[in-house]
Amino acid sequence: MYVAAIFLPLLAAMVAGFFRHWLGDRGAQLVTTGAVFASAALSAVIFYQVAIGGQPQTIELLKWISSGDLQLSWALKFDTLTAVMLIVVTWVSSCVHLYSWGYMHHDKSVPRFMAYLSLFTFMMLMLVTADNLIQMFFGWEGVGLASYLLIGFWYEKPSANAAAIKAFVVNRVGDFGFALGICAVFFLFGSVNLDDIFASVPQFAETSVVFFGIEWHALTIIGFLLFIGAMGKSAQLGLHTWLPDAMEGPTPVSALIHAATMVTAGVFMVSRMSPLYEYAPTALAIITVVGATTAFFAATIGCVQNDIKRVIAYSTCSQLGYMFFAIGVSAYQAAVFHLMTHAFFKALLFLGAGSVIHAMSDEQDIRKMGGIWKAIPITYTVMWIGNLALAGIFPFAGYFSKDTILEVAYAANSGVGMYAFVLGVMGAGMTAFYSWRLLIMTFHGKPRADEYVMNHVHESPWVMLTPLLVLTVGALFAGWVGYDWFVGELRETFWGHAIAVLEHNDSIHHAHEHTPGWVKLLPLVVSVSGIALAYVFYMFFPGIPAALARWLRPVHLFLLNKWYFDELYDIVFVRTARALGRGFWQGGDGALIDGVGPDGVAAATRDIARRVGRLQSGMLYHYAFAMIIGVAAFVTWYMVHKAG
Amino acid sequence: MTDFPLLSVVTFLPLVGVFFILFIRGAEETVSRNAFSVALLTSVVTFAVSLFVWTGFNPASADFQFVEKAAWMPAWNINYHMGVDGISMFFVILSTFLTPLCILSAKGAISRRMKEYMIAFLVLETLMIGMFCALDYILFYVFFEGVLIPMFIIIGVWGGPRRVYAAYKLFLYTLFGSVLMLVALMAMYFTAGTTDIPTLMQTNFPRDMQIWLWLALFASFAVKVPMWPVHTWLPDAHVEAPTAGSVILAGVLLKMGAYGFLRFSVPMLPLATDMFSPLIFTLSIVAVIYTSLVALVQKDMKKLIAYSSIAHMGFVTIGIFALTQQAIEGAIFQMLAHGVVSGALFLCVGVVYDRLHTREIGRYGGLSNNMPKYAMVFLFFTMASAGLPGTAGFVGEFLVLAGTFQANTWVALFAATGLILGAAYMLVLYRGICFGKLTKDDVKAMLDMSPREIALFVPLIVATLWMGIYPSTFLEPMHASVLHLIEHYQTALAAVDPSAVAAR
Repeated sequence: MYVAAIFLPLLAAMVAGFFRHWLGDRGAQLVTTGAVFASAALSAVIFYQVAIGGQPQTIELLKWISSGDLQLSWALKFDTLTAVMLIVVTWVSSCVHLYSWGYMHHDKSVPRFMAYLSLFTFMMLMLVTADNLIQMFFGWEGVGLASYLLIGFWYEKPSANAAAIKAFVVNRVGDFGFALGICAVFFLFGSVNLDDIFASVPQFAETSVVFFGIEWHALTIIGFLLFIGAMGKSAQLGLHTWLPDAMEGPTPVSALIHAATMVTAGVFMVSRMSPLYEYAPTALAIITVVGATTAFFAATIGCVQNDIKRVIAYSTCSQLGYMFFAIGVSAYQAAVFHLMTHAFFKALLFLGAGSVIHAMSDEQDIRKMGGIWKAIPITYTVMWIGNLALAGIFPFAGYFSKDTILEVAYAANSGVGMYAFVLGVMGAGMTAFYSWRLLIMTFHGKPRADEYVMNHVHESPWVMLTPLLVLTVGALFAGWVGYDWFVGELRETFWGHAIAVLEHNDSIHHAHEHTPGWVKLLPLVVSVSGIALAYVFYMFFPGIPAALARWLRPVHLFLLNKWYFDELYDIVFVRTARALGRGFWQGGDGALIDGVGPDGVAAATRDIARRVGRLQSGMLYHYAFAMIIGVAAFVTWYMVHKAG
Repeated sequence: MTDFPLLSVVTFLPLVGVFFILFIRGAEETVSRNAFSVALLTSVVTFAVSLFVWTGFNPASADFQFVEKAAWMPAWNINYHMGVDGISMFFVILSTFLTPLCILSAKGAISRRMKEYMIAFLVLETLMIGMFCALDYILFYVFFEGVLIPMFIIIGVWGGPRRVYAAYKLFLYTLFGSVLMLVALMAMYFTAGTTDIPTLMQTNFPRDMQIWLWLALFASFAVKVPMWPVHTWLPDAHVEAPTAGSVILAGVLLKMGAYGFLRFSVPMLPLATDMFSPLIFTLSIVAVIYTSLVALVQKDMKKLIAYSSIAHMGFVTIGIFALTQQAIEGAIFQMLAHGVVSGALFLCVGVVYDRLHTREIGRYGGLSNNMPKYAMVFLFFTMASAGLPGTAGFVGEFLVLAGTFQANTWVALFAATGLILGAAYMLVLYRGICFGKLTKDDVKAMLDMSPREIALFVPLIVATLWMGIYPSTFLEPMHASVLHLIEHYQTALAAVDPSAVAAR
């Protein structure tokens, strides 16, 4: 049963992919959706047995690589952390599969789309059930592949192709760190199996190693390298540029991969490695700073974007930052808690946005929307709920998880913790602001779309609305239900050994013990203010934003152009690589190596032959001249030699 | 083990096919059809027989197996000596595996002199297998250099418009190396009094001599790998070679240099190997980064894959000279994987080349629309080449990285950049061919793969997945031989300078 839960989606993907002509659209939909639903049902049972029943287990399938000390197998590890991820992945995936029936209705390659979705689900499940780092890397790259295929699903669009390549390559930059991290783990521990690593972490707590010519604290450098991988996959500052572009993919893909599951893989991985990170405080401090900065930075950009999906994408980026700084202060449970609630409400927001786009005849620019709330009341309602959850308003899901994160950052009682707390609170205000900016501009005010579009605005079919309602339930109750288990009183029995926190690092405990009342209240106040500000700006005095943008033009442009990261990278990496490539090719290979080497030798041979040929001119005085010179040279040499 | 000369049978079986083909007479069309059938049958039977080498191989032993020895030139103590160990065994299988596919791919692609083409491939197969089995230096040299002749002919006769230039470039480069190798051979013979490879492995050459010998061998092997900066013959050779020629060139011939390092340089000249490994690392890293960048800007499909081959072989040479168990096994595995994957990529190029007769990436685009099967196969091998876990490409690359990291972290760091660049150029290639709008009329008219073409790729896909998911099949027989090689190397170092080894 455990194995079936993981492999059913793969089976379905293969059936739908290879027999697509035979199955047809509906057949492929039934096969893949059925498999993922079954997997979701099994995951619920697994969750019950493993997390609630407290029976973690590992199932070994097949030997994989064995070379000297490097021994590893294909194996499935189930503990509480895995079980939570299983629930998140399979349930959101089920919703997205069903939703795609409606959303992709008009597309010409439905079976291919469904097969990719199921393939993604399988890869994600492999990632979360990995019992060694290399298998995790398999899932890690596998979801990258699925993401690449789905971003580039509409492969006739050049922008989609560019975005797909960008996503894969930027992720590879992260994987570069991840792979080196795995090598370093193997170097230090002589194993890549998670259980072996965790068992021997304490004895390497003080070890230092020389990597890249510098002496490091071993666990810190490992933690740092692995975190680079997490930064790539989870779109943290510096390696985030692919995520907004990934919105080129169909909207269900954005919901499943680029909001709920794949992008949280980094958070999962670092949480999975918590026993190691606990002994690497410097690495944790770096994570806190990067996470907090990302949370702030992405929120600032989210405030000015005009594409409905890009706003939500930056919001995702920002929320992932929250999860990371929670990890940075050793509150892994809080991070995973936010991961779970975020998966539900962010998938809801994306699918809701998809429903809006569907209604607006594929329009994505919120400046061209407005005034449609009466036409699509259900979508409107669920978007409200999703945004309330995202902004962290009591009692919606985000309130519980986000407030916990801000509290633990404060309770960590460290410099970086305070940095994260301050940026996090500011980010919370902006989150609320851009969420309501989106809501108001999309649904309220005067219609800005043309008449044709407005006449066609319609509520989505039930096959799309049902998944929305399911996710709405999650956005409403996930926080409230999960709180005690994830970060409340029951957390120790719930998590078991899945997450390790050293006693003096236990910031959740500190947060429960002594957090001043204002810290608990502040995020809520800031969020409500953000909402209020959005109302003032976009509902009551719509002239203000334009005036502000004129007045603070440089700032506005800076934000609108996403802090100029893309331009910078284009110059520093893309153009440089191409220029170098061309230089090496034409200058290095062409002129230098071939010029001096084979072509040079050949040319020299020809040249000498030609000169020799020219000497044989048939003119008598040429020969005579050569002879005289020869004789002269010979005589000279003879005389000098004799004299010497 | 019986006395049945299995290796000789495998080696010379293709020549039996050649014998029959020589007697085919008749109209042009009949001749080419019959020659094709005979060649295909011969190569398939050879592959089947070669599987006995695999099944009969004892993975627990580091010794040479299936050994055959007969006096050849007794006056000079030169023997016909054959045998395989865990290092060479899979190269024999790789050769016999790829040859039938090459022959199958020729149908339809080669329009003239089919009979001679088939003969060239069968002769090539004999020479390749012989080279991997040879346990006598002279015998090895004969096969090693002999391989060049059919390859030279294949490029020079059936190649593209600049085939003569490419063929001569190939010849010039390799000739330069082989002259020096011959000198080294004679020097070793005069010192050790034998050309027997197992004996030479036990011979301790003086340190100074090792240096010169190593450099001479390096000149030959580095050209064959090819290592930067003696790589420029490869892109030209690939571009001009017919599809099947490229497959064999990338699949097997590139492995000869690396195999030479493993068979000669490392075990026979350990002191020089230790001394020169920084040189190898540097050249390999330059190869990985430099050629990957060059691949990124190519407009010719075959050139791009050719440059990617150089980058992949950079991983191999790094692995060999890192001299840890994972790194060497990774290097061997990477060679096998690259043999299958890059062979398949060249076949992928062949499929569209046969239809449109151009290799320019910009002339294609949007093939996902009208050639979905092809798009899927090509995507699979693109990903395998980019080292996606679960495919063959990953296991080798990762083992090399992990093993090298133990020896030298800097090298691992730079080599790992290949992960990023490798993904970049392969995806750019794939986008150019398969994605985008289908606008050009001649591209629109292209038909999806025929059953024959699908049959060509199925074995390669199976092999790639097998190697990626259950690599133990291939790694297990290597363990004993690789371990033996490393121990031998370290004993030799320790004998000279015990502290040097302890410091590792």
